[in-house]
Amino acid sequence: MEGELAHIGAGLAGLGTGLAALGVGNVAANFLAGALRNPSAAASQTATLFIGIAFAEALGIFSFLVALLLMFAV
Amino acid sequence: MASEAQGAKEGGLEFHPMDQFIVKPLFGGDEIAWYTITNVTLWMALAVIGITAMMVIGTSRRAMIPSRSQSIGELAYGFIYKMVEDVAGKDAVKFFPYIMTLFMFIVFANFLGLLPMSFTTTSHFAVTITLALLVFVTVTVVGFVKNGAAFLGLFWVSSAPLALRPILAVIEVISYFVRPVSHSIRLAGNVMAGHAVIKVFAGFAALAVVSPLSIVAITAMYGLEVLVAFIQAYVFTILTCVYLKDALHPSH
Repeated sequence: MEGELAHIGAGLAGLGTGLAALGVGNVAANFLAGALRNPSAAASQTATLFIGIAFAEALGIFSFLVALLLMFAV
Repeated sequence: MASEAQGAKEGGLEFHPMDQFIVKPLFGGDEIAWYTITNVTLWMALAVIGITAMMVIGTSRRAMIPSRSQSIGELAYGFIYKMVEDVAGKDAVKFFPYIMTLFMFIVFANFLGLLPMSFTTTSHFAVTITLALLVFVTVTVVGFVKNGAAFLGLFWVSSAPLALRPILAVIEVISYFVRPVSHSIRLAGNVMAGHAVIKVFAGFAALAVVSPLSIVAITAMYGLEVLVAFIQAYVFTILTCVYLKDALHPSH
């Protein structure tokens, strides 16, 4: 029973990873929209882009981590 | 360890994707004390040797026309110097050696972990929490030393209406203390997740039916891991610069 519940929990945590993909796509899409409107300002904001992507992805990784821990360490 | 007892059974296979992260003593023996030479020690030493070989020995001749090693070293130096200057301001340049060390160590540790049969030291929370905690302590101490009590102005959001400021102050304090947590987990989680995914796909390669697909997937994930190795080092470093800027010029 413990093993099965852990596996179900891991599957639910996988949903969190998918949501993080939406978040990262959001950041990248807004950057792209802004960059195509104002290409000369885009180069100066690549650092901000990467920081934004990293923050959004970090939360997805936390969720993936929960899934891994439930699968292999519980 | 639970991961050895409960591997995943895939049609007759048992594979343990998390076994690659186990810390093992190098010279036999079972117990790990703080002085034991483990595989973590070995790979950290290799990262340091790699950095020394590239930066110290590569640039030792100081040729006007740089050799390959010297030009890579100069590129890395210029890249991080420009980042520190742009993000944290001119007066943060005296922290450049520390930030450069952080970046080079994380880049080398991540890239060395990509070699087959190697061990990634930055995939362990112990390593990244140490790095992030040192950044946090350094930034806080620098903030107080340079600004005195005015450093607490970082938490007092003066652009918000007066009634909201106490609540915002509580939230700002909490998010300030969560910084080392997210800083460390981001790096360790990204690297560990990438390596675990590669190991899981590699486990599938033992099944003849899916093994071509599995090999393609491993190659794709490996490419992503190379990108992630560099980007995570860059993000760790640039966030350190952002925190340093907050400490040197606290304002809201």
